[in-house]
Parts: sequence; structure tokens; C-alpha cells
Amino acid sequence: MIRMQPSVENAQTIAESDALAVERTLAGDRDAFRVLVERHSHNVFRLAYRMTGNRPDAEEVVQEAFLRAYQKLGKFEARANFGTWVYRIAANYAIDRMRQRKKEEARKVEPSVREEGTESDPVTLVHDAAPTPERLAHNIELRKQMEIALAALSHSERTAFVMRHWEGCAIEEIAEVLKSSSGAAKNTVFRAVQKLRLALQPFVGKGTPARAVGTES
Amino acid sequence: MKHMTEEELIAYREGVAAERAKIAQHLAACQECHAELERIEAVLAALDTLPVPNPGDDYGRHVWQQIAPRLPERPTRWWQAWFEPKRLGALASVTALLVMAFLAGRMTKRGPAGVDIANKEQFRERILIVAVGDHLGRSERMLVELSNAAPLDPAQKQVNISAEQSRAEDLLDENRLYRQTALQEGDTALASVLDELERVLLDVAHSPEEVTPAQLEKIRHKIEARGILFKVRVVGRELQERQKATTPAPAQNSSTKSERNKA
Repeated sequence: MIRMQPSVENAQTIAESDALAVERTLAGDRDAFRVLVERHSHNVFRLAYRMTGNRPDAEEVVQEAFLRAYQKLGKFEARANFGTWVYRIAANYAIDRMRQRKKEEARKVEPSVREEGTESDPVTLVHDAAPTPERLAHNIELRKQMEIALAALSHSERTAFVMRHWEGCAIEEIAEVLKSSSGAAKNTVFRAVQKLRLALQPFVGKGTPARAVGTES
Repeated sequence: MKHMTEEELIAYREGVAAERAKIAQHLAACQECHAELERIEAVLAALDTLPVPNPGDDYGRHVWQQIAPRLPERPTRWWQAWFEPKRLGALASVTALLVMAFLAGRMTKRGPAGVDIANKEQFRERILIVAVGDHLGRSERMLVELSNAAPLDPAQKQVNISAEQSRAEDLLDENRLYRQTALQEGDTALASVLDELERVLLDVAHSPEEVTPAQLEKIRHKIEARGILFKVRVVGRELQERQKATTPAPAQNSSTKSERNKA
């Protein structure tokens, strides 16, 4: 899991500071909300990018998440963690955005243009200082396959995978976003990993096919 | 030796396995399962190399600059949102527009196709008000009936809620559509109430057909805890009032009616 975890003391200080900022915002100090936006924007962007797979949608999700958080701040429970709460709002909106995007793309005749930019540069995948042409070609192919495999997941599966594997969210948090039980959320994580594995196993180093599982020897 | 299933290994890798110690013990002793776990990890490690762009050090400031002009003066409690002068004003404007559109429709003959397209937007809003109002009314009735459900015979140990469950399933599909429409229209307050209603409808739809009094009490408690009946009533009544306000009085003149029918 890659989610940046602050130390316990640091997390507590941030939570206390967040609670104070929420209180001040509710009391009418609009600038207090700015602290929350500046503090949590990067984390929400990372989640949104991984869920939507592109920067414009991710940025829209971030802005919408904070707008909704502000509008709903009266419903925020003082004991809760603001970071987790805004995360959940962003994940919910990202699901809506992905559904909307799918409909828009279905209506379009021409294929969508791939996003240009440093984040699309396949060289970033190569950790070797002097990559061989074969290695570079393999990495480009692998990255393409990973994007295809992620895009092939259902919205729920992608959400569950991103939240669990990359963001380290608790199963209960994922269940809340998916509006399902914890058991169902756990199954969704499993289905997502299983599908990704099926699609990507031939392209990764340990390319031997998965064994028949749960067998006896 | 019985090997671990793929599900158990994935759950272990993702830190959600129920019997973590048991799996770890098995992995230490079983080469085959260990190799299988490594294959799963290789795929996940490859996925970890997918980069996320850095939005920049001043990204937080940029987000704030983007949203600050769109923020209301101060955040509101959920119920206050329905009584905000701005919101009531907007609703009054929509109502006035709908009344005007309807009156214009009564007083003029049907125009060319282009005019119809221009009015389509207004009619869509009107339809949404009517449809959501009706949906909330039916949801409220179902929830009230469910809250009052009791065994026919006091000695009966199960209460049949299959009728309410079936209605909840139907309402759930409609609710999703209305929630998405409200979101697309930018009506986040309505979307929020519909979102909460959806969770309750999901609970009811996924309940067993026959429940024990204790299970029924649990469902009631969930409905009460969310205060959903009150919220649905407030929003539903408001929409009903607006619906009434936009409903035209019956035509007095039969020739006008026949002229409209002809048109």
C-alpha cells in the first residue's frame, strides 16, 4: 500500500487542527476552510486520479469534493476525521464522474484522445538508468495493458481496488462508499485483484500461469 | 496438504484476511502457496509503478482559488438549505417560469419545431418536480407502512414485509435515476436527500421477506436514526407545493380547450 501514513502524533495534531478549522468555518470564518483545502488537496487528487485515470476529471473531482464538503459541513460529525470524510465524498463523486464519462464516451463516435504530458511518458516506468530498447518496449506494453486492465474493471471494482490497495482505506470505509456490506466490499476487492491478475500475469516477470487454487498436494 | 485459495491469498496480501496468522503459518511451510503469493505480488507491484502526476506544490492554493468564488457565505445545516432565501428564490423563479411556459402554451398555438425545442428544457424541469415529488410521496408511504408493520397474529414469530420490499426495489431504481439527474442539474441538496433515501431503500430491499420482530425493530431504528422520514416529508411537501403552483386551473371555455386539442 502506498498511502502516505503520517505518524500517530502528527495525525492527531492534524485531526485536532482540522476539527478547529471545521468549527471556525461553521462559525462563519470562510478562510478557515482554506486551511482544509490546502491541507487535503494532494491526497484527494491522488485518489481521484487513480479512480478516474485522467487529470482533468481528477481535478474536477477534487474541486467538487471540497465544494460538497463545504455545503455539507453542518452534517460533519465533530468526532470524525475530516480527511477521511472528504475522501469519501471525493470517491462518491468520482464514481458518478466515471459513469457520466462512460455515457459520454459511448455517445462519441471518434475514439478518445490520449492525454499528453509527463505522467503519460512511458519512460517514467523504467527504473533502469540505461534501458535497453527491448526493456523500454516491454514497459510501454505493460503500462498500456495495466491501463486497459484497470479501465476494464467495473466502477465498484476500481473504487474498491484503489481505496484498498493504493489508499489503504478500511473495508468499512469502502463499504460506505459502495453502499454495500463489508463482506460485499471485501469480495469486490478480491474480484478486482483477480481480474487484474488474469489480465496482467502474462506481462509481468513471474509470468507463469496461476495454479489451480485451493487444491491439495 | 490443502493449499490456500486465491481469495485467501489476495485477502492476506491486501490485509483483509480473517485468519491472517493461520495463512502466514501455512505460507511459511508451503512452497507452492508462497510461490503463488509471489505471483500475485508481482502483478500488484507492477501496478504500483503506474505514476500519479504531481499537481504541484501550490495545488492546494490553486484549488482554493477555483472554488472560493463558488462557495456560499457560510455552510448550512442540511435542513437550512431548503429555507435559504437564495434557494427559495430560485425555486420561485423556476415555478414562475413553469407557470409562464404553461400559460404561453395555453394561449398560443403550437409553433414551429424550433420553439418546441427551446421550451423542452422548461418542461423537463417541470416533469422532474412532478416526478420527484411523486417518488418521495410513495417512498414516504412505504416507509410509514414499514414502520407500522406488525404481525397479524401476536403469536406469529415472523412479519412478512415482502410487499414493502418489492416496492423498495422499484423505488430504488427510480431513486438512482432522480439522484443522478439532480446531480447533473447541480441540485446537490436534493441529491443528498435522495442519496440518504437510497441507503434506506437498499437496506429494505436487501432484507429477508420475512423478518423477526427484532429484525423489524432494527430496520425501524435505522430509518429513525437517519431521520429520513422527516427529510423526505420536508422535501416532498415542498415539491408538492411547487407542483400545485404550476398546475393550471381547468379551462373555462370549451372552445379554448377544443382549439388546444386541435393544435
